[in-house]
Amino acid sequence: MQDYNEMLQFLDKDGKLSDDAPDIAHQFDTLLKLYKAMVTIRTFDHKAIALQRTGKMGTYPSILGSETVSVIAGAVLDKNDVFAPYYRDQGTQYLRGVTLTEMFQFWGGDERGNNFHNCKYDFPCSVPIASQALHAVGAAFALKHHGKNNCALVSLGDGATSQGDFYEAMNAAGALKLPVVFLICNNKFAISTPIEKQTFCKTLAQKSIAGGFDGLIVDGNDPIASYYVVKQAIEKAKKESIPVLIEAITYRLSDHTTADDALRYRTQEELDNAWLKDGVNRLKNYLIKNSIINQHDVENILSDAKTEVKEAVEKYLQIQLQDVEDLFDYHYANIPTILAEQKMELKNV
Amino acid sequence: MSSVTLIDAINLALQYEMEQDPNVVLIGEDIGLNGGVFRATQGLQEKFGENRVIDSPLAESMIAGMSIGMSTHGLKPIAEFQFMGFIYPAMNQIISHACRMRNRTRNRLTCPIVFRAPFGGFIHAPEHHSESTESLFAHIPGLRVVIPTSPERAYGLLLAAIREPDPVLFLEPKRIYRLHKQEIDNNGIALPLDTAFILREGSNITLISFGASIVETMQAAQELEQYNVSAEVIDIATIKPIDFETILSSVEKTGRCVIIHEAAKSCGVGAEIAATIAEKALTSLLAPIRRITGYDIIMPYYKMEKHNMVSTTKIVQAAKETMEY
Ligand SMILES: Cc1ncc(C[n+]2csc(CCOP(=O)(O)OP(=O)(O)O)c2C)c(N)n1
Repeated sequence: MQDYNEMLQFLDKDGKLSDDAPDIAHQFDTLLKLYKAMVTIRTFDHKAIALQRTGKMGTYPSILGSETVSVIAGAVLDKNDVFAPYYRDQGTQYLRGVTLTEMFQFWGGDERGNNFHNCKYDFPCSVPIASQALHAVGAAFALKHHGKNNCALVSLGDGATSQGDFYEAMNAAGALKLPVVFLICNNKFAISTPIEKQTFCKTLAQKSIAGGFDGLIVDGNDPIASYYVVKQAIEKAKKESIPVLIEAITYRLSDHTTADDALRYRTQEELDNAWLKDGVNRLKNYLIKNSIINQHDVENILSDAKTEVKEAVEKYLQIQLQDVEDLFDYHYANIPTILAEQKMELKNV
Repeated sequence: MSSVTLIDAINLALQYEMEQDPNVVLIGEDIGLNGGVFRATQGLQEKFGENRVIDSPLAESMIAGMSIGMSTHGLKPIAEFQFMGFIYPAMNQIISHACRMRNRTRNRLTCPIVFRAPFGGFIHAPEHHSESTESLFAHIPGLRVVIPTSPERAYGLLLAAIREPDPVLFLEPKRIYRLHKQEIDNNGIALPLDTAFILREGSNITLISFGASIVETMQAAQELEQYNVSAEVIDIATIKPIDFETILSSVEKTGRCVIIHEAAKSCGVGAEIAATIAEKALTSLLAPIRRITGYDIIMPYYKMEKHNMVSTTKIVQAAKETMEY
């Protein structure tokens, strides 16, 4: 029987590795790559908030506190799998090939940021909560229909698990036996609503019972356990052509977005305690402890990340605005007459 | 050639395109073994299997949302909503995603989906089964809304809708599903979308309609002959985007116009047509534009339903008043 209540953890918050840790705990090349990506995303995130504060970008939802599992999902997915993100998936998107410039552009209010050049079949971030879950189910259907041994992975927040679309997606994925991985990032909050007010369920993993498939809980700040669980889930989904749900426990270390002030609904003390469990620091300490990197490397990794982000910002800031025609030209493959007229009207204003 | 009803024609078009294009899949509630509640998909699961004619769980948002994912990834889903009154759970998916994906991704991901739904009143069904809320959809950028009114146009327009690279809401006037039979050639030839059809030429007045009301409109045109009024009848067919060229040139010719639809008057498709005629052909008008439509009320339960339906008498009356203005 599946245990829907137990959280899997191999590397605890104090850096202690359990004896039964899987192979990935010793695959240091992979872990180092993951660490670098996490640092890049954290640096990107920091910069995005700064750009928003100085009027150079729109409202932005920080991923601070969930980089670990987010980056790992991106690392484990196969290029030909399909990713259906929500808006707090910068880590996965980055490893899927969405460029930092594209991300700045998207959050900077430019649709062209969604025209991913490296992962052409991934969905853009979905804003209506949970609606993207059904897109993943549809994409998984198409993959299976075309005889591909790939899966779709949908990422959702904890609040999303209250939505009808989430249940409909789980139910359909189960009923149609589709390879869909539901990755729930339980960062404990939906804006100000804490998880205790979101559901009476003990865990979110147990919601998968309603869909008839397994639900796993993992410490989303533990890189070893997250890698292990996400990989297992993806392999199982593909091998057996069935859905799997993962509840990754994290904590939103940021405000909900740049338009939010989390101290209105949670204490500094709670936040300070959550920082002790941070996954990026946990991985850094683990790599140092195993002599894979030293303090000097840590600084170099950070400065490389800063360079990469800085270059992306420069590119982003140089992008010209779209023509007003672009506001009309992408509604239909062929522009209808009325729209063409309205387009001329705006052009002539 | 075979003599078929409107619903048969839909079945034929679905079948034709499924044979031609292996990426066409059907999804909807009870569409497989049961062939759909109106039998539009009768026999198709038997023929094409459960993987191409998918009996879905009972969840409209899921039907639309899954169709989006299917369509962005190489399939051409044709989704059936059992009745127009049950599309609303899927509105979010349709408005927020299906119609925006192309724009949002600057052509990278597109949603060639046909959303089919029977619409309109007078089949004596319970509440929610008689809706004509097409103008809600006609308001949405990125969507096409297409309505056939004969077996021939059902066949040709549905084929066109399936081949269209963007989402199409294909609304089927269920009152006339089995009203007439017509000889059609099952040759796979599509009719043009975004194009109005002149069903009857005339010189004194233009009657503009779509959906099941076309029946009363044609009858009215016939009746008007006895008053020496020559009425031109236009079936708009695609209510989003509307073919104003055809409408305007007819109104410029006749100078008079009555617009007829079953849906509520306020912000109905008729309002859009009247406004555009006023903008672009006001000086051709010899009389004010008239609208014969449903009232701005909730569709009554079926005992009183007829009061909210357009009738031939009302159309003839309005046309005569317009002529005498
Ligand atoms: C359908 C819908 N309702 C409301 C909102 C407004 N909204 C944006 S984010 C959010 C909270 C989502 O919380 P959760 O799913 O836990 O994800 P998180 O933001 O915590 O990562 C809400 C209510 C929305 N985007 N979509």
